[in-house]
Amino acid sequence: MEEVKLMKGNEAIAHAAVRYGVDGYFGYPITPQSEVLETLEALMPWETTGMVVLQAESEVAAINMVYGGASTGKAVMTSSSSPGVSLMQEGLSYIAAGELPALVVNVMRGGPGLGTIHPSQADYFQATKGGGHGDYHFIVLAPATVQEMADFVGLGFDLAFKYRTPVMMLADGIVGQMMEKVVLPPARPRRTEQEIAEQCPWAVTGRPEWRKPNVLTTLELDSYKMEENNHRYQQTYDLIKRNEVRYKEYYTDDAEYLMVAFGSIARICLKAIEDARERGIKIGLIRPVTLWPFPDEVISELSKKVKGILVVELNAGQMIEDVRMAAKDRIPVYHFGRLGGIVPNPQEVIDAFESRFLKSK
Amino acid sequence: MKEEIIIAGFGGQGVLSMGKILAYAALTDNLEVTWMPSYGPEQRGGTANVTVILSDSQISSPVLDTFDTAVILNQQSLDKFESKVKPGGTLIYDSYGIHRPPQRSDINIYRVDAMEATFDMKNAKTYNMIVLGALLKIRPVVPVESVMEGLKKVLPVRHHNLLDLNRQAIMKGMELVK
Repeated sequence: MEEVKLMKGNEAIAHAAVRYGVDGYFGYPITPQSEVLETLEALMPWETTGMVVLQAESEVAAINMVYGGASTGKAVMTSSSSPGVSLMQEGLSYIAAGELPALVVNVMRGGPGLGTIHPSQADYFQATKGGGHGDYHFIVLAPATVQEMADFVGLGFDLAFKYRTPVMMLADGIVGQMMEKVVLPPARPRRTEQEIAEQCPWAVTGRPEWRKPNVLTTLELDSYKMEENNHRYQQTYDLIKRNEVRYKEYYTDDAEYLMVAFGSIARICLKAIEDARERGIKIGLIRPVTLWPFPDEVISELSKKVKGILVVELNAGQMIEDVRMAAKDRIPVYHFGRLGGIVPNPQEVIDAFESRFLKSK
Repeated sequence: MKEEIIIAGFGGQGVLSMGKILAYAALTDNLEVTWMPSYGPEQRGGTANVTVILSDSQISSPVLDTFDTAVILNQQSLDKFESKVKPGGTLIYDSYGIHRPPQRSDINIYRVDAMEATFDMKNAKTYNMIVLGALLKIRPVVPVESVMEGLKKVLPVRHHNLLDLNRQAIMKGMELVK
């Protein structure tokens, strides 16, 4: 029987990583996600699955350990929060350019700068538009529940290996710190060296006599070849855009208005929408599960049907740019956000909706 | 059934632990549950609070603006949350250190002198369990046996000799409610 557990989102990530058969975790503590490393240290997976858990000397070191581990075909990950993830941007650009699979978790806190330890979604641009240098993207998953914090570890690695790309789980302090029920994925062993060599023929696993050495580098001084590399990256991104858009739809069938929100803020919106529906105000909700690739088609279709869209985010207006592009000026698209670590409650969300759409000006 | 509870007081009073035990009790009873703490420096002596939602159906928002029940353990929290109790809802408070008692007439207000009761128990650490007992008497959202199951999960096995003391504290809290 599946055992239902009660735990924090951060703890669920750690448990799921061990059960998935992750080979290595490299991280540096930072609130509000320190429980990921703490839980891994408590679980001591090096004694059971052989997973490496290492507290690096900095986030820069951690992401470069991930870069190294990923180059050998291992399933490796790191987690951090906003300021720490900023430090990792150079490494992420290299891992994307190296076409290497890895999982990076960002449990966002309020910024900019060292900011606050409280929840935020202000790293949307950084995650979805490429926070490091160069023309790259990676898949961004936005969990809204503790269950998704657990499930997206496995999903993230599956996608990372399928497309040879880093995957980011973009969470926030709410879903990291809150406890709720979770069913952990079944435990499985880590892949053997032989399985890795078979599944990842590109990996630097030690050269057998029958093949040439695998070389992984992001340096290409011949610009024609570098352009070819870029075209190859873009082909992968096109494939991901075609195959991997994920979102959840709530109450859109009869909706006259739409809200778009991701992560735990979508849950606050859902409560606001359910309260509004009791008063006859028909609002629907789209919760993008992949922030990149963005679910623009469903929003484009719905923008032909509804009278207006409210985008609710814990930032000054980031995802709204993608929503506006999808809605193509057909209808008004407004933003509501709280900044710097403040979380709006459902009443504030519905007040913001009514002031923008229902009160005559 | 749905009960939206806020527990608020000083860091160190056991506010988050009390919420956690309640959440584990709900798990034992197969209820849906969310436990959302104020996290960070509050735990080191400032004010701390936790929102616990118990429900027999799926829970959307873990963050709320109004509550069915507020358990209030200091003046700052009373000032902040008295107005957030839904009309007809319940406010439970410990009068220790309260110089402006709650004023509303459209909610059910219970004064529970739990801090005083810790002197009878001769153990200040039983405080949050006494408060939890009072809460369970006034709002029996989960049975005491489920709470004891919850405690077993929260307490490390080496402290399981304290289970009986905790049960006594819960009973003491229940007796305080008139």
